[in-house]
Amino acid sequence: MTATSLPTGDLRSALHGLPGVDKVGVEARASMLATRSIKTTAKAQAIDLAIRMVDLTTLEGADTPGKVRALSAKALRPDPADPSCPPVAAVCVYPSMVGVAAPVLAGSGVHLASVATAFPSGQAPLDVKLADTRDAVAAGADEIDMVISRGAFLSGRYDQVFEEITAVKEAAGAAHLKVILETGELGTYDNVRRASWLAMLAGADFIKTSTGKVPVAATLPVTLVMLEAVRDFRARTGRQVGVKPAGGIRTTKDAIKYLVLINETAGPDWLDPAWFRFGASSLLNDLLMQRTKLTTGHYSGPDYFTLD
Amino acid sequence: MPETSAPARLSVRKTYKLFVGGAFPRSESGRTQLVDGDNVALASRKDARDAVGAARKVQPAWAGATAYNRGQVLYRVAEMLQGRRAEFVALGVPAAEVDAAVDRWVWYAGWADKIAQVHGGANPVAGPFFNLSAPEPTGVVAVIAPASFLGLVSVIAPAVVTGNTVVVVATTPQAAITLGEVLATSDVPGGVVNVLTGRPAEIAPWLASHDDVNALDLTGVDDPELAADLERAAAGSLKRVIRPTTTPLDFTGDPGLRPMTALLETKTVWHPKGF
Repeated sequence: MTATSLPTGDLRSALHGLPGVDKVGVEARASMLATRSIKTTAKAQAIDLAIRMVDLTTLEGADTPGKVRALSAKALRPDPADPSCPPVAAVCVYPSMVGVAAPVLAGSGVHLASVATAFPSGQAPLDVKLADTRDAVAAGADEIDMVISRGAFLSGRYDQVFEEITAVKEAAGAAHLKVILETGELGTYDNVRRASWLAMLAGADFIKTSTGKVPVAATLPVTLVMLEAVRDFRARTGRQVGVKPAGGIRTTKDAIKYLVLINETAGPDWLDPAWFRFGASSLLNDLLMQRTKLTTGHYSGPDYFTLD
Repeated sequence: MPETSAPARLSVRKTYKLFVGGAFPRSESGRTQLVDGDNVALASRKDARDAVGAARKVQPAWAGATAYNRGQVLYRVAEMLQGRRAEFVALGVPAAEVDAAVDRWVWYAGWADKIAQVHGGANPVAGPFFNLSAPEPTGVVAVIAPASFLGLVSVIAPAVVTGNTVVVVATTPQAAITLGEVLATSDVPGGVVNVLTGRPAEIAPWLASHDDVNALDLTGVDDPELAADLERAAAGSLKRVIRPTTTPLDFTGDPGLRPMTALLETKTVWHPKGF
Protein backbone atom coordinates (compact mmCIF):
# COMPACT_ATOMS: atom_id res chain seq x y z
CA MET A 1 0.00 0.00 0.00
CA THR A 2 1.22 3.49 -0.69
CA ALA A 3 0.67 6.63 1.29
CA THR A 4 -2.05 7.82 -1.07
CA SER A 5 -4.08 4.66 -0.70
CA LEU A 6 -4.40 5.04 3.08
CA PRO A 7 -8.03 5.72 3.93
CA THR A 8 -7.57 9.19 5.31
CA GLY A 9 -10.97 10.15 4.02
CA ASP A 10 -12.72 8.09 6.63
CA LEU A 11 -10.54 8.43 9.68
CA ARG A 12 -12.95 6.88 12.11
CA SER A 13 -13.19 3.55 10.33
CA ALA A 14 -9.46 3.60 9.57
CA LEU A 15 -8.49 4.17 13.20
CA HIS A 16 -11.08 1.83 14.63
CA GLY A 17 -10.04 -0.76 12.07
CA LEU A 18 -6.58 -0.95 13.66
CA PRO A 19 -6.08 -4.20 15.56
CA GLY A 20 -6.63 -3.91 19.30
CA VAL A 21 -3.68 -3.92 21.69
CA ASP A 22 -3.22 -6.97 23.92
CA LYS A 23 -2.80 -5.13 27.23
CA VAL A 24 -1.43 -8.06 29.20
CA GLY A 25 0.83 -9.09 26.33
CA VAL A 26 2.32 -5.65 25.76
CA GLU A 27 2.99 -5.11 29.46
CA ALA A 28 4.56 -8.54 29.82
CA ARG A 29 6.76 -7.98 26.78
CA ALA A 30 7.86 -4.56 28.00
CA SER A 31 8.76 -5.87 31.44
CA MET A 32 10.53 -8.89 29.94
CA LEU A 33 12.66 -6.67 27.70
CA ALA A 34 13.44 -4.49 30.71
CA THR A 35 15.37 -7.34 32.30
CA ARG A 36 18.14 -7.37 29.69
CA SER A 37 21.54 -6.80 31.21
CA ILE A 38 23.70 -4.29 29.32
CA LYS A 39 27.26 -4.09 30.65
CA THR A 40 30.79 -2.79 30.03
CA THR A 41 31.46 -1.65 26.44
CA ALA A 42 27.84 -2.09 25.38
CA LYS A 43 26.82 0.02 28.35
CA ALA A 44 29.34 2.70 27.44
CA GLN A 45 27.94 2.82 23.90
CA ALA A 46 24.38 2.90 25.20
CA ILE A 47 25.16 5.79 27.53
CA ASP A 48 26.76 7.86 24.77
CA LEU A 49 23.85 7.11 22.45
CA ALA A 50 21.35 8.04 25.16
CA ILE A 51 23.17 11.34 25.80
CA ARG A 52 22.99 12.10 22.07
CA MET A 53 19.24 11.37 22.20
CA VAL A 54 18.38 13.69 25.08
CA ASP A 55 16.09 16.64 24.48
CA LEU A 56 17.31 18.68 27.42
CA THR A 57 14.11 20.19 28.68
CA THR A 58 13.08 23.00 30.95
CA LEU A 59 9.38 23.79 30.95
CA GLU A 60 8.74 25.61 34.19
CA GLY A 61 6.85 28.76 34.96
CA ALA A 62 10.02 29.83 36.80
CA ASP A 63 12.31 29.58 33.74
CA THR A 64 14.53 32.61 33.38
CA PRO A 65 16.79 33.65 30.48
CA GLY A 66 19.78 32.86 32.71
CA LYS A 67 18.61 29.33 33.35
CA VAL A 68 17.90 28.72 29.66
CA ARG A 69 21.34 30.05 28.68
CA ALA A 70 23.00 27.79 31.25
CA LEU A 71 21.01 24.81 30.06
CA SER A 72 21.93 25.55 26.44
CA ALA A 73 25.61 25.72 27.36
CA LYS A 74 25.23 22.39 29.13
CA ALA A 75 23.61 20.92 26.01
CA LEU A 76 26.73 21.75 24.00
CA ARG A 77 29.22 20.39 26.56
CA PRO A 78 27.34 18.15 28.99
CA ASP A 79 30.49 17.14 30.82
CA PRO A 80 33.00 20.03 30.79
CA ALA A 81 35.62 17.74 32.35
CA ASP A 82 35.51 15.29 29.45
CA PRO A 83 35.73 16.55 25.85
CA SER A 84 34.85 13.08 24.54
CA CYS A 85 31.33 13.42 25.92
CA PRO A 86 28.92 14.05 23.03
CA PRO A 87 26.43 16.94 22.96
CA VAL A 88 22.73 16.28 23.46
CA ALA A 89 20.21 16.23 20.60
CA ALA A 90 18.25 19.35 21.40
CA VAL A 91 17.18 21.89 23.97
CA CYS A 92 13.44 22.07 24.58
CA VAL A 93 11.94 25.27 25.99
CA TYR A 94 8.82 27.42 26.01
CA PRO A 95 8.33 29.72 22.97
CA SER A 96 9.23 32.82 25.00
CA MET A 97 12.68 31.34 25.71
CA VAL A 98 13.52 30.33 22.12
CA GLY A 99 15.14 33.69 21.42
CA VAL A 100 17.42 33.23 24.43
CA ALA A 101 18.62 29.74 23.52
CA ALA A 102 18.96 30.35 19.77
CA PRO A 103 22.21 32.40 19.78
CA VAL A 104 23.89 29.92 22.17
CA LEU A 105 23.03 26.92 20.01
CA ALA A 106 23.45 28.54 16.59
CA GLY A 107 25.65 26.50 14.27
CA SER A 108 26.37 23.84 16.90
CA GLY A 109 24.23 21.06 15.45
CA VAL A 110 22.20 20.94 18.67
CA HIS A 111 18.58 21.47 17.72
CA LEU A 112 16.28 23.96 19.37
CA ALA A 113 12.82 22.63 20.15
CA SER A 114 9.93 24.70 21.37
CA VAL A 115 6.66 23.51 22.76
CA ALA A 116 3.73 25.29 21.14
CA THR A 117 -0.03 25.15 20.60
CA ALA A 118 -1.04 26.17 24.12
CA PHE A 119 1.21 23.63 25.83
CA PRO A 120 0.48 21.67 28.02
CA SER A 121 -3.34 21.58 27.87
CA GLY A 122 -3.88 22.36 24.20
CA GLN A 123 -7.11 24.08 25.19
CA ALA A 124 -6.94 27.19 23.02
CA PRO A 125 -8.51 28.30 19.72
CA LEU A 126 -6.73 27.09 16.59
CA ASP A 127 -5.60 30.53 15.46
CA VAL A 128 -3.89 31.07 18.83
CA LYS A 129 -2.12 27.71 18.45
CA LEU A 130 -0.98 28.57 14.94
CA ALA A 131 0.29 31.98 16.02
CA ASP A 132 2.14 30.30 18.90
CA THR A 133 3.78 27.95 16.42
CA ARG A 134 4.75 30.66 13.92
CA ASP A 135 6.24 32.82 16.67
CA ALA A 136 8.38 29.94 17.94
CA VAL A 137 9.67 29.17 14.44
CA ALA A 138 10.32 32.83 13.72
CA ALA A 139 12.34 33.10 16.96
CA GLY A 140 14.63 30.30 15.80
CA ALA A 141 13.10 26.96 16.81
CA ASP A 142 13.74 24.19 14.29
CA GLU A 143 11.59 21.64 16.10
CA ILE A 144 8.04 22.17 17.34
CA ASP A 145 6.48 20.02 20.07
CA MET A 146 2.71 20.41 19.70
CA VAL A 147 -0.01 18.94 21.89
CA ILE A 148 -3.13 17.36 20.41
CA SER A 149 -6.56 18.31 21.67
CA ARG A 150 -7.23 15.35 23.92
CA GLY A 151 -10.77 16.60 24.46
CA ALA A 152 -11.48 16.38 20.74
CA PHE A 153 -9.72 13.04 20.39
CA LEU A 154 -11.50 11.43 23.33
CA SER A 155 -14.89 12.60 22.12
CA GLY A 156 -14.22 11.04 18.73
CA ARG A 157 -13.69 14.21 16.72
CA TYR A 158 -10.71 12.72 14.89
CA ASP A 159 -11.11 14.99 11.87
CA GLN A 160 -10.66 18.03 14.07
CA VAL A 161 -7.44 16.64 15.59
CA PHE A 162 -6.22 15.68 12.11
CA GLU A 163 -6.89 19.13 10.71
CA GLU A 164 -5.21 20.79 13.66
CA ILE A 165 -2.06 18.75 13.17
CA THR A 166 -1.96 19.47 9.43
CA ALA A 167 -2.50 23.17 10.11
CA VAL A 168 0.26 23.29 12.71
CA LYS A 169 2.53 21.31 10.36
CA GLU A 170 1.95 23.94 7.72
CA ALA A 171 2.57 26.77 10.18
CA ALA A 172 5.76 25.09 11.38
CA GLY A 173 7.10 25.07 7.81
CA ALA A 174 10.53 23.48 7.68
CA ALA A 175 10.65 22.85 11.45
CA HIS A 176 10.31 19.25 12.57
CA LEU A 177 6.91 18.57 14.08
CA LYS A 178 6.65 16.41 17.20
CA VAL A 179 3.10 15.57 18.17
CA ILE A 180 2.47 15.04 21.89
CA LEU A 181 -0.28 12.48 22.42
CA GLU A 182 -0.37 12.85 26.24
CA THR A 183 -0.84 9.12 26.62
CA GLY A 184 -1.52 9.50 30.35
CA GLU A 185 -4.82 11.11 29.43
CA LEU A 186 -5.79 8.74 26.63
CA GLY A 187 -6.78 5.93 28.96
CA THR A 188 -6.17 2.83 26.85
CA TYR A 189 -3.44 1.32 24.69
CA ASP A 190 -5.96 1.15 21.84
CA ASN A 191 -6.31 4.92 22.05
CA VAL A 192 -2.51 5.30 22.08
CA ARG A 193 -2.29 3.24 18.90
CA ARG A 194 -5.10 5.23 17.26
CA ALA A 195 -3.62 8.58 18.27
CA SER A 196 -0.19 7.49 16.96
CA TRP A 197 -1.64 6.58 13.57
CA LEU A 198 -3.74 9.72 13.49
CA ALA A 199 -0.69 11.90 14.16
CA MET A 200 1.44 10.06 11.61
CA LEU A 201 -1.27 10.24 8.92
CA ALA A 202 -1.57 13.96 9.56
CA GLY A 203 2.15 14.43 8.89
CA ALA A 204 3.92 14.22 12.26
CA ASP A 205 7.69 13.80 12.07
CA PHE A 206 7.81 12.50 15.64
CA ILE A 207 5.22 11.14 18.03
CA LYS A 208 5.82 12.00 21.67
CA THR A 209 4.24 10.41 24.71
CA SER A 210 3.69 13.17 27.20
CA THR A 211 3.96 16.76 28.26
CA GLY A 212 5.44 15.75 31.60
CA LYS A 213 2.71 17.82 33.25
CA VAL A 214 0.27 15.03 34.14
CA PRO A 215 0.89 12.31 36.77
CA VAL A 216 1.27 9.45 34.27
CA ALA A 217 4.10 10.20 31.83
CA ALA A 218 6.13 7.93 29.56
CA THR A 219 5.99 4.22 30.38
CA LEU A 220 7.66 1.29 28.65
CA PRO A 221 4.41 -0.39 27.43
CA VAL A 222 3.09 2.85 25.94
CA THR A 223 6.39 3.43 24.16
CA LEU A 224 6.26 -0.15 22.92
CA VAL A 225 2.84 0.46 21.38
CA MET A 226 4.11 3.65 19.74
CA LEU A 227 7.24 1.93 18.42
CA GLU A 228 5.04 -0.77 16.87
CA ALA A 229 2.97 1.98 15.28
CA VAL A 230 5.95 3.72 13.65
CA ARG A 231 7.31 0.36 12.49
CA ASP A 232 3.98 -0.61 10.89
CA PHE A 233 3.53 2.86 9.48
CA ARG A 234 6.88 2.70 7.70
CA ALA A 235 6.05 -0.77 6.37
CA ARG A 236 2.83 0.57 4.88
CA THR A 237 3.83 4.02 3.67
CA GLY A 238 7.62 3.99 3.46
CA ARG A 239 7.81 7.10 5.66
CA GLN A 240 9.81 6.84 8.88
CA VAL A 241 8.51 8.64 11.96
CA GLY A 242 10.43 9.18 15.20
CA VAL A 243 9.37 8.46 18.77
CA LYS A 244 9.98 10.54 21.88
CA PRO A 245 9.08 9.32 25.34
CA ALA A 246 9.07 12.22 27.79
CA GLY A 247 8.60 12.59 31.52
CA GLY A 248 9.55 10.22 34.29
CA ILE A 249 12.76 8.89 32.70
CA ARG A 250 15.37 9.72 35.31
CA THR A 251 18.01 7.03 35.43
CA THR A 252 20.50 5.47 33.06
CA LYS A 253 18.89 2.12 33.76
CA ASP A 254 15.53 3.47 32.54
CA ALA A 255 17.12 4.93 29.40
CA ILE A 256 18.84 1.66 28.53
CA LYS A 257 15.53 -0.19 28.88
CA TYR A 258 14.12 2.12 26.23
CA LEU A 259 17.08 1.49 23.94
CA VAL A 260 16.50 -2.26 24.23
CA LEU A 261 12.84 -1.69 23.47
CA ILE A 262 13.68 0.25 20.29
CA ASN A 263 16.07 -2.38 19.06
CA GLU A 264 13.64 -5.22 19.66
CA THR A 265 10.49 -3.46 18.44
CA ALA A 266 11.11 -0.91 15.71
CA GLY A 267 14.61 -2.09 14.89
CA PRO A 268 18.10 -0.58 14.88
CA ASP A 269 17.09 2.03 12.28
CA TRP A 270 15.49 3.94 15.13
CA LEU A 271 18.62 3.79 17.33
CA ASP A 272 19.56 7.27 16.19
CA PRO A 273 18.93 10.76 17.59
CA ALA A 274 17.16 11.58 14.31
CA TRP A 275 14.49 8.97 15.11
CA PHE A 276 14.39 8.63 18.87
CA ARG A 277 14.62 11.20 21.65
CA PHE A 278 14.30 11.29 25.40
CA GLY A 279 12.42 14.27 26.76
CA ALA A 280 14.17 14.72 30.08
CA SER A 281 16.06 17.02 32.38
CA SER A 282 17.40 15.05 35.36
CA LEU A 283 18.22 12.02 33.16
CA LEU A 284 21.27 13.76 31.70
CA ASN A 285 23.02 14.09 35.08
CA ASP A 286 22.50 10.42 35.83
CA LEU A 287 23.86 9.49 32.40
CA LEU A 288 26.90 11.69 33.05
CA MET A 289 27.46 10.10 36.47
CA GLN A 290 27.30 6.62 34.99
CA ARG A 291 29.60 7.70 32.17
CA THR A 292 32.09 9.07 34.69
CA LYS A 293 31.88 5.81 36.64
CA LEU A 294 32.83 3.87 33.51
CA THR A 295 35.66 6.18 32.47
CA THR A 296 37.21 6.72 35.93
CA GLY A 297 36.43 3.37 37.55
CA HIS A 298 34.88 4.88 40.69
CA TYR A 299 31.41 6.06 41.62
CA SER A 300 30.57 9.67 40.94
CA GLY A 301 28.24 11.97 42.81
CA PRO A 302 25.67 14.64 42.02
CA ASP A 303 27.89 17.34 43.54
CA TYR A 304 30.11 17.14 40.48
CA PHE A 305 27.42 18.07 37.95
CA THR A 306 25.39 21.22 37.47
CA LEU A 307 22.00 21.58 39.07
CA ASP A 308 19.35 22.39 36.53
CA MET B 1 -3.81 -46.68 70.96
CA PRO B 2 -0.49 -44.94 71.38
CA GLU B 3 -0.52 -41.65 73.15
CA THR B 4 -0.32 -38.73 70.66
CA SER B 5 2.32 -36.23 71.57
CA ALA B 6 2.43 -32.66 70.21
CA PRO B 7 4.49 -32.54 67.00
CA ALA B 8 8.00 -31.23 67.45
CA ARG B 9 8.04 -27.50 66.67
CA LEU B 10 10.24 -26.47 63.74
CA SER B 11 12.76 -23.88 64.71
CA VAL B 12 12.60 -20.58 62.80
CA ARG B 13 16.08 -20.01 61.50
CA LYS B 14 17.18 -16.48 60.91
CA THR B 15 18.93 -15.16 57.83
CA TYR B 16 20.96 -12.05 58.58
CA LYS B 17 20.48 -9.66 55.68
CA LEU B 18 21.80 -6.16 55.08
CA PHE B 19 20.34 -2.98 56.57
CA VAL B 20 20.01 -0.36 53.82
CA GLY B 21 17.63 2.59 53.67
CA GLY B 22 15.62 1.34 56.64
CA ALA B 23 14.94 -2.03 55.02
CA PHE B 24 16.64 -5.41 55.27
CA PRO B 25 17.43 -6.47 51.70
CA ARG B 26 19.51 -9.43 50.65
CA SER B 27 22.74 -8.63 48.88
CA GLU B 28 22.15 -7.52 45.29
CA SER B 29 24.73 -10.15 44.33
CA GLY B 30 22.72 -12.92 46.00
CA ARG B 31 25.83 -13.98 47.91
CA THR B 32 25.78 -15.27 51.44
CA GLN B 33 28.37 -16.69 53.79
CA LEU B 34 28.14 -18.96 56.77
CA VAL B 35 29.21 -17.28 60.02
CA ASP B 36 28.99 -19.38 63.20
CA GLY B 37 26.27 -21.50 61.64
CA ASP B 38 24.18 -18.53 60.50
CA ASN B 39 23.45 -17.55 56.92
CA VAL B 40 24.69 -14.01 56.49
CA ALA B 41 24.47 -11.72 53.45
CA LEU B 42 27.79 -10.92 51.81
CA ALA B 43 27.57 -7.38 50.49
CA SER B 44 28.91 -6.35 47.09
CA ARG B 45 30.06 -3.01 45.68
CA LYS B 46 26.58 -2.38 44.33
CA ASP B 47 25.12 -2.78 47.80
CA ALA B 48 27.65 -0.17 48.91
CA ARG B 49 26.51 2.11 46.07
CA ASP B 50 22.85 1.67 47.05
CA ALA B 51 23.68 2.32 50.70
CA VAL B 52 25.47 5.56 49.81
CA GLY B 53 22.43 6.57 47.75
CA ALA B 54 20.13 5.90 50.70
CA ALA B 55 22.43 7.76 53.08
CA ARG B 56 22.68 10.75 50.75
CA LYS B 57 18.94 10.92 50.21
CA VAL B 58 18.07 11.24 53.89
CA GLN B 59 21.09 13.30 54.99
CA PRO B 60 19.61 16.80 54.49
CA ALA B 61 16.46 15.85 56.42
CA TRP B 62 18.46 14.26 59.26
CA ALA B 63 20.82 17.22 59.51
CA GLY B 64 17.81 19.54 59.28
CA ALA B 65 16.03 17.90 62.21
CA THR B 66 16.49 19.86 65.41
CA ALA B 67 19.38 18.81 67.61
CA TYR B 68 16.87 18.17 70.38
CA ASN B 69 14.98 15.77 68.10
CA ARG B 70 18.16 13.90 67.13
CA GLY B 71 19.00 13.57 70.82
CA GLN B 72 15.55 12.12 71.51
CA VAL B 73 15.98 9.62 68.68
CA LEU B 74 19.38 8.53 70.01
CA TYR B 75 17.93 8.11 73.47
CA ARG B 76 15.23 5.95 71.94
CA VAL B 77 17.98 3.78 70.41
CA ALA B 78 19.36 3.29 73.93
CA GLU B 79 15.90 2.27 75.14
CA MET B 80 15.42 -0.26 72.38
CA LEU B 81 18.94 -1.64 72.81
CA GLN B 82 18.28 -2.05 76.52
CA GLY B 83 15.16 -4.08 75.66
CA ARG B 84 17.14 -6.43 73.45
CA ARG B 85 19.97 -6.90 75.91
CA ALA B 86 19.39 -10.64 76.22
CA GLU B 87 19.48 -11.09 72.46
CA PHE B 88 22.93 -9.53 72.21
CA VAL B 89 24.18 -11.58 75.14
CA ALA B 90 22.90 -14.71 73.37
CA LEU B 91 24.93 -13.63 70.30
CA GLY B 92 28.05 -13.70 72.45
CA VAL B 93 28.39 -10.00 73.30
CA PRO B 94 29.43 -9.72 76.97
CA ALA B 95 26.63 -8.28 79.11
CA ALA B 96 28.89 -5.53 80.41
CA GLU B 97 29.63 -4.50 76.84
CA VAL B 98 25.91 -4.26 75.94
CA ASP B 99 25.36 -2.10 79.03
CA ALA B 100 28.31 0.09 78.07
CA ALA B 101 26.84 0.40 74.56
CA VAL B 102 23.47 1.49 75.99
CA ASP B 103 25.25 4.07 78.12
CA ARG B 104 27.19 5.27 75.08
CA TRP B 105 23.98 5.96 73.12
CA VAL B 106 22.64 7.91 76.11
CA TRP B 107 25.91 9.82 76.44
CA TYR B 108 25.87 10.86 72.76
CA ALA B 109 22.12 11.57 72.95
CA GLY B 110 22.93 14.17 75.57
CA TRP B 111 25.56 15.78 73.37
CA ALA B 112 23.14 16.33 70.46
CA ASP B 113 22.07 19.83 71.54
CA LYS B 114 25.25 20.74 73.39
CA ILE B 115 28.05 20.09 70.91
CA ALA B 116 27.31 23.30 69.01
CA GLN B 117 27.77 25.34 72.19
CA VAL B 118 31.04 23.67 73.10
CA HIS B 119 32.48 23.42 69.60
CA GLY B 120 31.08 26.65 68.14
CA GLY B 121 30.60 30.14 69.48
CA ALA B 122 31.04 33.85 69.05
CA ASN B 123 34.54 34.87 68.01
CA PRO B 124 36.13 38.16 69.06
CA VAL B 125 37.17 40.05 65.94
CA ALA B 126 38.76 43.46 65.44
CA GLY B 127 35.94 45.01 63.48
CA PRO B 128 32.27 45.91 63.61
CA PHE B 129 31.05 42.35 63.08
CA PHE B 130 29.28 39.60 64.88
CA ASN B 131 31.49 36.64 64.09
CA LEU B 132 29.88 33.29 64.75
CA SER B 133 31.19 29.78 64.22
CA ALA B 134 28.80 26.85 64.09
CA PRO B 135 29.63 23.20 63.52
CA GLU B 136 27.82 21.46 60.68
CA PRO B 137 27.77 17.77 59.73
CA THR B 138 30.21 16.63 57.04
CA GLY B 139 27.59 14.58 55.15
CA VAL B 140 27.76 10.92 54.25
CA VAL B 141 30.38 9.02 56.24
CA ALA B 142 31.66 5.57 55.28
CA VAL B 143 32.78 3.63 58.34
CA ILE B 144 34.84 0.48 58.55
CA ALA B 145 33.69 -0.68 61.95
CA PRO B 146 35.84 -2.34 64.63
CA ALA B 147 35.00 -5.91 65.54
CA SER B 148 33.74 -5.29 69.08
CA PHE B 149 30.09 -4.37 69.66
CA LEU B 150 30.97 -1.38 71.82
CA GLY B 151 33.39 -0.32 69.10
CA LEU B 152 30.60 -0.53 66.52
CA VAL B 153 28.33 1.70 68.58
CA SER B 154 31.25 4.01 69.36
CA VAL B 155 31.83 4.77 65.67
CA ILE B 156 28.16 5.05 64.60
CA ALA B 157 26.76 7.20 67.42
CA PRO B 158 29.23 10.14 67.24
CA ALA B 159 28.78 10.34 63.46
CA VAL B 160 24.97 10.39 63.39
CA VAL B 161 24.37 12.52 66.48
CA THR B 162 25.56 15.66 64.70
CA GLY B 163 23.53 15.03 61.52
CA ASN B 164 25.81 12.86 59.41
CA THR B 165 24.50 9.68 57.83
CA VAL B 166 26.66 6.57 57.73
CA VAL B 167 27.38 3.49 55.67
CA VAL B 168 28.97 0.95 58.00
CA VAL B 169 30.96 -2.05 56.87
CA ALA B 170 30.76 -4.51 59.75
CA THR B 171 32.74 -7.69 60.23
CA THR B 172 30.58 -9.06 63.07
CA PRO B 173 27.41 -9.64 61.06
CA GLN B 174 24.96 -10.97 63.64
CA ALA B 175 25.55 -8.24 66.22
CA ALA B 176 25.69 -5.52 63.55
CA ILE B 177 22.44 -6.54 61.86
CA THR B 178 20.71 -6.98 65.21
CA LEU B 179 21.82 -3.44 65.98
CA GLY B 180 20.23 -2.56 62.61
CA GLU B 181 16.98 -4.06 63.93
CA VAL B 182 17.29 -1.89 67.02
CA LEU B 183 17.80 1.20 64.85
CA ALA B 184 14.93 0.25 62.55
CA THR B 185 12.54 0.21 65.51
CA SER B 186 13.73 3.38 67.21
CA ASP B 187 12.59 6.32 65.05
CA VAL B 188 15.93 6.65 63.26
CA PRO B 189 14.89 7.65 59.71
CA GLY B 190 15.64 4.93 57.15
CA GLY B 191 19.02 5.51 55.52
CA VAL B 192 20.65 7.40 58.43
CA VAL B 193 22.51 4.24 59.37
CA ASN B 194 23.16 1.57 56.73
CA VAL B 195 24.91 -1.64 57.68
CA LEU B 196 26.73 -3.81 55.16
CA THR B 197 28.15 -7.12 56.23
CA GLY B 198 30.99 -8.42 54.16
CA ARG B 199 34.69 -8.16 53.45
CA PRO B 200 36.13 -4.68 54.07
CA ALA B 201 38.92 -5.33 51.57
CA GLU B 202 36.30 -5.86 48.87
CA ILE B 203 33.78 -3.10 49.67
CA ALA B 204 35.85 -0.38 51.34
CA PRO B 205 37.81 0.66 48.20
CA TRP B 206 34.52 1.46 46.44
CA LEU B 207 33.39 3.57 49.37
CA ALA B 208 36.77 5.27 49.68
CA SER B 209 36.78 6.33 46.01
CA HIS B 210 33.06 7.17 45.87
CA ASP B 211 32.68 10.86 45.01
CA ASP B 212 29.43 11.13 46.96
CA VAL B 213 30.97 10.04 50.28
CA ASN B 214 32.30 12.95 52.35
CA ALA B 215 34.30 11.23 55.05
CA LEU B 216 35.91 7.89 55.71
CA ASP B 217 36.38 6.38 59.15
CA LEU B 218 39.00 3.64 59.06
CA THR B 219 38.90 2.83 62.79
CA GLY B 220 38.21 -0.85 62.13
CA VAL B 221 40.87 -1.45 59.50
CA ASP B 222 43.53 -3.81 60.87
CA ASP B 223 45.71 -4.05 57.80
CA PRO B 224 47.97 -0.94 57.57
CA GLU B 225 48.50 -1.50 53.84
CA LEU B 226 44.74 -1.52 53.18
CA ALA B 227 44.36 1.58 55.33
CA ALA B 228 47.01 3.39 53.29
CA ASP B 229 45.37 2.34 50.01
CA LEU B 230 41.98 3.51 51.22
CA GLU B 231 43.40 6.83 52.34
CA ARG B 232 44.96 7.31 48.90
CA ALA B 233 41.66 6.46 47.19
CA ALA B 234 39.84 8.91 49.46
CA ALA B 235 42.21 11.71 48.48
CA GLY B 236 40.69 11.80 44.98
CA SER B 237 37.63 13.57 46.32
CA LEU B 238 39.28 15.27 49.31
CA LYS B 239 37.45 13.23 51.93
CA ARG B 240 38.06 13.58 55.61
CA VAL B 241 39.82 10.43 56.76
CA ILE B 242 39.97 9.09 60.32
CA ARG B 243 43.07 6.91 60.44
CA PRO B 244 43.15 3.66 62.38
CA THR B 245 45.27 3.75 65.52
CA THR B 246 48.44 1.69 65.65
CA THR B 247 47.53 0.20 69.04
CA PRO B 248 44.08 -1.38 69.54
CA LEU B 249 41.61 1.17 70.86
CA ASP B 250 40.02 0.76 74.28
CA PHE B 251 36.41 1.76 73.77
CA THR B 252 35.45 1.45 77.42
CA GLY B 253 37.03 4.76 78.40
CA ASP B 254 35.62 8.28 77.98
CA PRO B 255 35.49 8.87 74.22
CA GLY B 256 35.90 12.63 74.52
CA LEU B 257 34.62 15.01 71.87
CA ARG B 258 37.06 14.04 69.16
CA PRO B 259 34.87 11.32 67.55
CA MET B 260 32.15 13.93 67.02
CA THR B 261 34.31 16.90 66.06
CA ALA B 262 36.27 14.84 63.54
CA LEU B 263 33.11 14.65 61.45
CA LEU B 264 32.06 18.30 61.69
CA GLU B 265 32.77 21.25 59.45
CA THR B 266 32.90 24.70 60.98
CA LYS B 267 30.85 27.38 59.30
CA THR B 268 31.81 30.91 60.26
CA VAL B 269 29.50 33.82 59.56
CA TRP B 270 30.52 37.47 59.57
CA HIS B 271 27.58 39.74 60.24
CA PRO B 272 27.95 43.55 60.19
CA LYS B 273 26.88 45.33 63.33
CA GLY B 274 26.74 48.85 64.65
CA PHE B 275 24.61 50.48 61.96
